[in-house]
Amino acid sequence: MRAVLSLSLLVPLLGAACDGADEETVAVFAAASLIEAFVELAEAYERSGPDRRVELQFGGSATLATQIVNGASADVFAAADRTTMARVVETGRANAPVAFATNRLTIATAPGNPKRISGLEGLARDDLRVVLCGPDVPAGRYAREALGSANVDVRSMSDEPSVRAIIAKIALGEVDAGIVYVTDAAASKAVDSVPIPQAQNAPASYEVATIDGALGSPFTAFLASPEAQAILQRHGFGIP
Amino acid sequence: MSEVRRPSPPAVVALAAIAALFLVLPLVGLLARAPWARFGELAASDEVRDALVLSFVSSLAAAGLCLVIGLPLAAWLAGGSTRLRSLVRVLVALPMVLPPVVGGVALLLAYGRGGIVGGPLDDLFGFALPFTFAGVVAAATYVALPFFVLTVEGGLRSVDRRYADAAATLGAGPARVFRTVTLPMVAPSLRAGLLVAWARALGEFGATITFAGNLAGETRTMPLAVYVALGTEPEAAIVLSVVLVAISAAILFLLRERWFPLR
Repeated sequence: MRAVLSLSLLVPLLGAACDGADEETVAVFAAASLIEAFVELAEAYERSGPDRRVELQFGGSATLATQIVNGASADVFAAADRTTMARVVETGRANAPVAFATNRLTIATAPGNPKRISGLEGLARDDLRVVLCGPDVPAGRYAREALGSANVDVRSMSDEPSVRAIIAKIALGEVDAGIVYVTDAAASKAVDSVPIPQAQNAPASYEVATIDGALGSPFTAFLASPEAQAILQRHGFGIP
Repeated sequence: MSEVRRPSPPAVVALAAIAALFLVLPLVGLLARAPWARFGELAASDEVRDALVLSFVSSLAAAGLCLVIGLPLAAWLAGGSTRLRSLVRVLVALPMVLPPVVGGVALLLAYGRGGIVGGPLDDLFGFALPFTFAGVVAAATYVALPFFVLTVEGGLRSVDRRYADAAATLGAGPARVFRTVTLPMVAPSLRAGLLVAWARALGEFGATITFAGNLAGETRTMPLAVYVALGTEPEAAIVLSVVLVAISAAILFLLRERWFPLR
């Protein structure tokens, strides 16, 4: 099932989100790296009260932001970084974004790390095929920050649209390594990971905001609850 | 006999107008929202030029490949009505109805480094298609070839075989019959096939980003550049789209003059 999920994420959906949201249903647009955690969070939220219903829409943060800016009917937007959230805030449709989780980067490799990659410095090797997310994607921006601070020059073979696309390409044997979130590497059985030391790591900060009014408020409030934070931590996210 | 013009029923006119508007309004939307003040500046960037060159070279290469390998396949399919031919025709048509992103995944599984064909190729020659310009051409050819083959096969089937038979009885060999009799008769469908194949290759997105990746100057064609810009600078995405629409329209118009003359 996971493999199918990863493959379906090779390309984020360009089409506009379906807007079947009725009065009680909260339409949550969330970054692709939040999939497993938010599926569980949504279930916990729906159990927490009557008439609480959530409709989840996942995609690259940049893609989701564009959809919202162009009128997709979202009630909550959870982005993988502040820059992407700022694009929606600019339009005046996002209210008071708050950080609700943090994440760290790691190097994803084929199972068993057959190319013996030891750290960020190792990614500059000529015999390696490496991919990063595009500079417009939060994970790509964080990865370039980390490489910059480590002073490593890596030539990405492709600007991938999401972290899940990188994992799928590694799982298919197409590339040797990529920089992804710790949480994605942990969620996938198809890749192994090589840690990036704290000093080189670019800390990712996830922000959430309600869009167009208060329908999403109960859900964003729920994200700050101990129950929700425990779920996020179980999936490898940090507390801001 | 004089031509009798009967007015179309109002319902037909209304539905026809809806269909035409449905197709035209998105173009109007692009033009209405285009940032004309910054158009030149956005359209003249290196990124746009690289993407345009990549798009045109790859789509023309794909159309050329369709001609070279698609014409023999079309000729064989048109050559009879066996069960095998029917089966092959269904398989050939399949990529037309598949979502291109599925095509991209399938291409990876076949011609990628871990693929059933690509794996041995990579082991033997160190050559792999994904993330290369050749991969862009392969993805475009994959989606365009069925359109070419089925269009040309239709043309070949509608040709009256008696002309070819007559040429053969007069002593022409099969190659000469094909070249001097059959080919001129199927020229219109050959042109139509090349045109749809080229157009389909030019617009290709899903299989390309999945199979060939997305790197500026190497594999980022116009549709991919539009997609990237949509996530960062939506105004640039509109400009790129307008440029692509304008060039495609110009080429269609030129071809129309030449191939489908205005009556």
